[in-house]
Amino acid sequence: MNRPVDHTLQDPPKLPFEPLIQKNAVITEARWVRVSLTAAALIFLLGFLLMPLIAVFVEALRNGIGAYFEAIVEDDAMAAIRLTLTVSLIAVPLNLVFGVIAAWAITKHSFRFKQLLITLIDLPFSVSPVVSGLIYVLIFGAQGWAGPWMSEHEFKVLFAVPGIVLATTFVTFPFIARELIPLMQAQGTDDEQAALSLGANGWQVFWRVTLPNIRWGLLYGVLLCNARAMGEFGAVSVVSGHIRGLTNTMPLHVEILYNEYNFSAAFAVASLLAMLALLTLGLKSLLEWRHGNELAATRRH
Amino acid sequence: MLKKFLATSLLAIVPTLSHAASVTLLNVSYDPTRELYKAVNAAFAADWKAKTGDSVTIKQSHGGSGKQARAVIDGLEADVVTLALAADIDAIAEKAKLLPLDWEKRLAHNSAPYTSTIVFLVRKGNPKQIKDWNDLIKPGVAVVTPNPKTSGGARWNHLAAYAYALKANNGDAAKAKAYLAALYKNVPVLDTGARGATTTFVQRGIGDVLIAWENEAFLSIDEFGKDKFEIVAPSLSVLAEPSVAVVDKVADKHGNRKVADAYLSFLYTPAAQDIIGKNYYRPVDPAVAARYASVFPKIELKTIADFGGWAKVQAEHFAEGGLFDQIYGG
Repeated sequence: MNRPVDHTLQDPPKLPFEPLIQKNAVITEARWVRVSLTAAALIFLLGFLLMPLIAVFVEALRNGIGAYFEAIVEDDAMAAIRLTLTVSLIAVPLNLVFGVIAAWAITKHSFRFKQLLITLIDLPFSVSPVVSGLIYVLIFGAQGWAGPWMSEHEFKVLFAVPGIVLATTFVTFPFIARELIPLMQAQGTDDEQAALSLGANGWQVFWRVTLPNIRWGLLYGVLLCNARAMGEFGAVSVVSGHIRGLTNTMPLHVEILYNEYNFSAAFAVASLLAMLALLTLGLKSLLEWRHGNELAATRRH
Repeated sequence: MLKKFLATSLLAIVPTLSHAASVTLLNVSYDPTRELYKAVNAAFAADWKAKTGDSVTIKQSHGGSGKQARAVIDGLEADVVTLALAADIDAIAEKAKLLPLDWEKRLAHNSAPYTSTIVFLVRKGNPKQIKDWNDLIKPGVAVVTPNPKTSGGARWNHLAAYAYALKANNGDAAKAKAYLAALYKNVPVLDTGARGATTTFVQRGIGDVLIAWENEAFLSIDEFGKDKFEIVAPSLSVLAEPSVAVVDKVADKHGNRKVADAYLSFLYTPAAQDIIGKNYYRPVDPAVAARYASVFPKIELKTIADFGGWAKVQAEHFAEGGLFDQIYGG
């Protein structure tokens, strides 16, 4: 009887005794610990994320579907939606260009003060949005540095669309660059060097090699950037002037409606923002699922 | 060059498009006047159209009175300002020089087409038995009032409380200050504007008593029902005079001077005064005021002159390092 020995079933001969690893191994936890921990996490998610989301839609539809659409097609609401779309359509492409340039410069080249540049890119993340708004008041306000000159030349920045675009661009600046830098760092410069050695010029390298390599990461960054651009409240609130039908973005309009006891209308407009969030989330998951490998370096969100 | 070309071509086109002009005014106002000016603006637009044939659209911006004044100083192009108190318009006149310093004399009743006062809003049945100002400093009473730095209503609240404390302590300023310190100790949250404070109290259910504009208190009862809240009139309060003014430089720049002047004068007409009464502001027109007299509680009211005027009050109470900073900051 020479049964073949199944080695996989045997302990390795000289496995050193490692009490710490045994104790910490997740698999050795009692079943009830695992179940209750998972349940706690799920309940937390349900309570803090899902419930408010459902509440938004329930409140929005409280007075019926007719009132819901009425609140959305109302003049000031439409103006707010148009303004929010306009601002995002300007701010996101700007950040797309700046973000790619910054990431390209940081990851494909070496120069002095590189670390300083990375820190600067992160600045909008670490500064409170209110401060981001106030810096534009200080610069472009009538009492600010550039204010008197601008009012002489009939330029309106503060309390007008340009100011809102500036504040939004500032706040959303890091999203694309931050998404691309780790990805491009992980990819290194081998592909580019190969292309250069085969005689490609700078533009060709960028369009044919670098950009295709980062396209999914870029799309991912654009999504996040757009979501924030449309949802930004603090910085925009400072520079907007809150003129109904002129300088109110969607989040500001929600606040106004809420303050006017117009709760179902407030939640109706809020539900549009919530749907935007869900759409962003869906697209983001799709990207992670389909192009996970190409996002690998940045899958930390 | 291009700008000039565009401007001249626009000028050439515009008159052929319409003979009746269409103007847009921006009214920068304080927090609780949202409903009032919605009604007033519609009435004025109809009136102006009937008189001149021109259409006028009035855009509104609302927020804490101090914050709104700050925005106008920083360049928010208001044709008219309708703020909670004269001091905020004074600030615009002083800091940005957009209107003359004596603006208050340009319209009747110190440029205040309506007045109001400060009352308490409590939950139904008045569970904490709040009757007067001295009940607000009792331990365990949570008081909601906005931040006097940004809100005009909050400054009136502060002054009404101070007036009471002075009277109760026979004019002893130190004791009055101690009263205010005890009062602010009972305030769990300072919102930036009166409407924010109202939603904190009414909608979020925070606090036992809201120190509020009379109109704001009535409106909350209208919105949420008599079965939820009641108004308590304290023994002493202030005569709040929310002031209005044309912002000369802005209105002139926009070519809106005439319509802006007409808009503010309209506020004094019986039609507008009636809208004012309906929205629970106290009309200044005696005939209209008589019609609404039964609505408002009778309270002994101190005026801003009793405190020595806004310039003095602003410096003593609300300026950097003033009384409010001393008790709330320290």
